[in-house]
This record gives sequence, C-alpha cells and structure tokens, in this order.
Amino acid sequence: MKIVVLVKQVPDSGAERSLRADDNTVDRATANNVINEMDEYAIEEALRLKEAHGGEVVILTMGPDKATDSIRKALSMGPDAAVHVVDDALHGSCAIATSKVLAAALAQQNADLIIAGAESTDGRVQVLPHMLAERLGIAALTGARKLTVDGSTLTVERQTDEGYEVVTASTPAVVSVWDTINDPRYPSFKGIMAAKKKPVQTLSLADLGVAASEVGLDGATSAVLEHGKRPPRTGGNTVEDSGDGGVKLVEFLATEKFV
Amino acid sequence: MTGLLDLDSLHSDEELQIREVVRRLVDEHVRPHVAGWYEDGHVPVRDLAKAFAEVGLLGMHLSGYGCAGASAVAYGLACLELEAGDSGVRSLVSVQGSLAMFAIWKWGSEEQKQRWLPSMAAGDAIGCFGLTEPDHGSDPASMATRARRDGSDWVLNGSKMWITNAPVADVAVIWARVEEGVTGFVVPTDAPGFSAREIKQKLSLRASSTGEIVLDDVRLPADAQLPFAKGLKAPLSCLTEARYGIVWGALGAARDCLDTAIDYARTREQFGRPIGGFQLTQAKLADMAVELEKGYLLAVHLGRTHDAGRLKPHQVSVGKLNNVREAIAIARQCRTILGANGISGEYPVLRHANNLESVLTYEGTSEVHQLVIGQQLTGLAAFT
Repeated sequence: MKIVVLVKQVPDSGAERSLRADDNTVDRATANNVINEMDEYAIEEALRLKEAHGGEVVILTMGPDKATDSIRKALSMGPDAAVHVVDDALHGSCAIATSKVLAAALAQQNADLIIAGAESTDGRVQVLPHMLAERLGIAALTGARKLTVDGSTLTVERQTDEGYEVVTASTPAVVSVWDTINDPRYPSFKGIMAAKKKPVQTLSLADLGVAASEVGLDGATSAVLEHGKRPPRTGGNTVEDSGDGGVKLVEFLATEKFV
Repeated sequence: MTGLLDLDSLHSDEELQIREVVRRLVDEHVRPHVAGWYEDGHVPVRDLAKAFAEVGLLGMHLSGYGCAGASAVAYGLACLELEAGDSGVRSLVSVQGSLAMFAIWKWGSEEQKQRWLPSMAAGDAIGCFGLTEPDHGSDPASMATRARRDGSDWVLNGSKMWITNAPVADVAVIWARVEEGVTGFVVPTDAPGFSAREIKQKLSLRASSTGEIVLDDVRLPADAQLPFAKGLKAPLSCLTEARYGIVWGALGAARDCLDTAIDYARTREQFGRPIGGFQLTQAKLADMAVELEKGYLLAVHLGRTHDAGRLKPHQVSVGKLNNVREAIAIARQCRTILGANGISGEYPVLRHANNLESVLTYEGTSEVHQLVIGQQLTGLAAFT
C-alpha cells in the first residue's frame, strides 16, 4: 500500500504569530515554523498502516524553501521519502489553488491512500481534503478518529459533536484525521540520523503543469484584505459576596443564558 | 542554556533534534513524577528504561547491536536534558549505556555482545557495573573481589558498593582480581550466590536505585569473562565514557536550577518589587549564567574532540572537575534566591543540589581529577 501524507509547515501555534504588514499573508520570517500538529497524527497513522500492511509512506509538502526543515523532521518519524512542491509563485495561494497544485502532485504518485490532518493551525479552513478528493475523483473520509484498512476497503469513525459516524469507501481515497486517532511517536535517534539520507524530490509549478497565474496572491479566490491585533481582554465583573454571592452568580449565569 | 551566547549555533540540526526528543521525553516521563520519586526513594527504572529505549537512548553512542550510533555530542546533549530532569535518571542511562553496555561492547566477545547488547538497548535487560567496593573507592587497584579458576569455571567472591541499578539489574559487569590482574565478568543477576541489597536512607540521588552487591561463591562458565578486558585500563575506559556524560549532565541540573531561579526572581516580590531587580540578585544570576555557558563551551569542545577520536582521559577530568564543581555552586546559589521555597520539593533546586553532592564524588572525586590534571601538568604522579 502506498500512502501519501500531506504535511504543512506552519508557525508554532504556541508562540507569537502574526500576518505580514505588506500583503497580509502569514509571517513566516519571524515565526518559529513547525510541522502542523495535526499532520503528526496523519504521519503516525500512515506509519502504523505501513507496519501492519507493508508498503511505502511518502510525505507531500507545498511550501517555501525553509519547509525543508519540517520535511526532514517528518521523515525522522519514519516515512520513506518526500515530495516538496516549492515555487516563488505559490506565495499567498488560496485553498482552491493549493488543492490544484497538490492534486497535480498527487496525480504523479498513484497513492492508494492519502492522509491529511483535519486542519492546519494557521489557515484552519478544513476544506483541503474535500477539495483534493473532488479534484482526484476519489472518496473523502474526513474527520477520522479511527481508521481501519481491510484490503481495498477503508472504514473510518468520523468524529462528530454528538459521537461518531462509521463511513466506508474503497481505495484510493483521502482520509483526514483528528488528534484523537493515535498518539504520535517521538522520532527515534536512528530515524533522525536516517532522515537526511532519504530522498526528497523537489517539484516546481512547471513540473506539475500548473500556470503561475492560477496560483499565488494574484490567482487567489480569497485573500485577507486587512488585519489587526486582537483587542486585549477587558476585565470581567467581580462579584462581591455579602451573603448574596450565590444569588448574584446565578443571576449572572441566567442573564448570559448559561442556565 | 540561558541564551546569552546563542550556543545552539554550535550544533547541527540533527543534534538539536535529538535534544528536542530527549527534552520531550523528560517533560513527559520525568518532570511530572520526579519530586514524588525523590520523596519515596523509589524510581520505576524499568518503565523509564522502556520509554527511553523506544527512541534509542540506551547505548545511543554505541554502534551496531541495536544501538543508534549517535555522536558523542548528541549523547552529551541527551545527558544534559536527562539531568535537567534529575541526576538519578541520568545516572540510570549513564550506567546502562556508558558503563554496562560500553564494557560489553568494548571488551566483550561477539557472543556476549549478541547475547546482551540488543536487549539492553531495547530496555528489556537492565545492566549495572560493579567496580567500587566498600573499602576501595578512589583506589580500585586495591580491590578485594577475587575470581579463582575451578576447572574451566570461574568462582567469584567479594562485595561491591554504591552500584547504581544493582537492585533491579538483570546483568552485572563485575570487576575482579585474578592472578594476572583485574578483569571483568558478565554476571547474570540470577546466578546462585549473587545478591543485591538496596541501599536505604540516601539523602542524595533518591530517584535512583543504588545497591550493594554480594558475591558468595558465584560460579560462572569460562565464557563469562570479558576476553579483552586485561588490567585496570578496561574499567577505567568505561569510567571515562561515563565521566564524559557527566560533563554534560551536570550542566543540565545547573540549567534547571538557574531557569527556576530566574523565573522566581522575576515574579517574587519583596520590598514592593521583583527580587530580580535587586543588584545582589542580578550579580548572582550573571555570575551563574557566565559559569554555565563557559561549562557548556567546555563540554562542546570535549564532545567534538571525542567525535574526532582524540579525547584523552585527563581532558575528561578537566570537564568533570569544572562542570560538576560549578553546577553544585550554581544549585546552592539558586537555592538562596528561592529563599525558603528553595528547600521545597515543589521546586527542583535543592533536589539538584543534593544530587550533585553524589555527582561531585562519584566517577572520580574532584580531588582525584585534580590529581589526574596535576600529573598531566607536572609529569609526577601523586598517586600510583
């Protein structure tokens, strides 16, 4: 089974993040750039499937030159190889353009299974797995908290607010996963040392047959027009307890429709 | 480190990534529990060994036999992060990798390596290293443990003291005197006549299992002897490896103390302002940071020298003498910044300081290292 895992490099969500003043895109230069957290669960799931069923795991990343760091880190967990789509023209691409580029790269891979994190911590739009499935004409099993493979049949427990749904499809398919699906491994030292020797194929837009005009800020179907800092939190109300503190708290909760 | 000198720039991505993995392991498996282990005087050695083995931490600087084959610098960084958790936890890994595994890897037969190293690297077999005796610490050449021939067998008698991991070990590397001098034996701890008693009432390294080994007519087959271990240089080569890890490890304990003290000084208010704003506190912090970063530069230099295959035992003595001495000074100084809170198990500072009392004297006391350096400088041995 050949599995391609989508890995995105994002600014560390645990640190200060910002958008650029000049074009409102993510400021990567000042950020601590890391693997999108949810993608680590996707990698782990792919590695477990490979360990159970054999096959190959390939990382696919679209991102700037510096995304190489995250690709190497992803490879240190155990995948076999990586494909890095890198092109200056991609800067500022919207989800639709990104899906066009990734679909073109996936078309070269003939994967049985494509696994993605359910969302990235920078964009948080959650649409990419669906868009890719649509472009590739294959099933999308999204929001998985459990994935089982039996031959060419995929069964997913799709996490919902109320519980979960059981959804099945045949390979090839796109599966997106939440962080409830597994517990990602730490890279082993052997894995870290082996990662730098693993093949990383670099592809440009021209290699994928995608025109520069279809992607990037100019080709974007959506763009951020302006941005500002989140206003600081205003102080809450302090309830003084003069014997009626309980009543006041209940009144507050009732006013805010919490009870 | 403190970030003053951008010391991360001395490292490759690979080294930093290995450090990051160990840091996360310590955050997950050590920090939340270590104060409790310390208070109870009990540490789950096997669970920790399994967790560490999963990433390849045990014997990481050895090659083959299931070991990761990482660089000496990477091993040093791992020791630093482990000891930032607790010196006892670092000791567990040092004894497993640098003493027990290294002794078999360096001086053992192919059969001994195949038998023990993969399971020790996997954390399935715990090792210990018996050199020190109740009456022979700094002077191992005078050891009283004897191995005598009986037909083709060996029979061991004697005792070993202060042996980390001994109460839980599956295998012990035991050093004993034979007619030709000192040699080593690989002893399964279930061999009849072998016993290991846990040493209680320690006031240091309480998150570490320490034992006294008694060898009472322990009969071993001929192939239990480490065939290439001839003379005291064999166990001393293992000590050099372990001491090298301590050069880095001690910095970890000191860093954890200094991080704690800086954090505390910024938030603890007395006389209406944070104590970190007082000149006396800043002088303490500055002096500690300077010593810490200097010690780190020394460790990196020794590590690069080790990776180049040129590291000499007296150079390791320079590192062990300086870095442990400075680390314990930093730990004690940090405790003064924390005031009464400095003695609480809720902060790591006094735990580190107490641990470093052991680190100061084990694997060669400061005085022994001064004598090693003195001999190197003068050509005159103050001890024989």
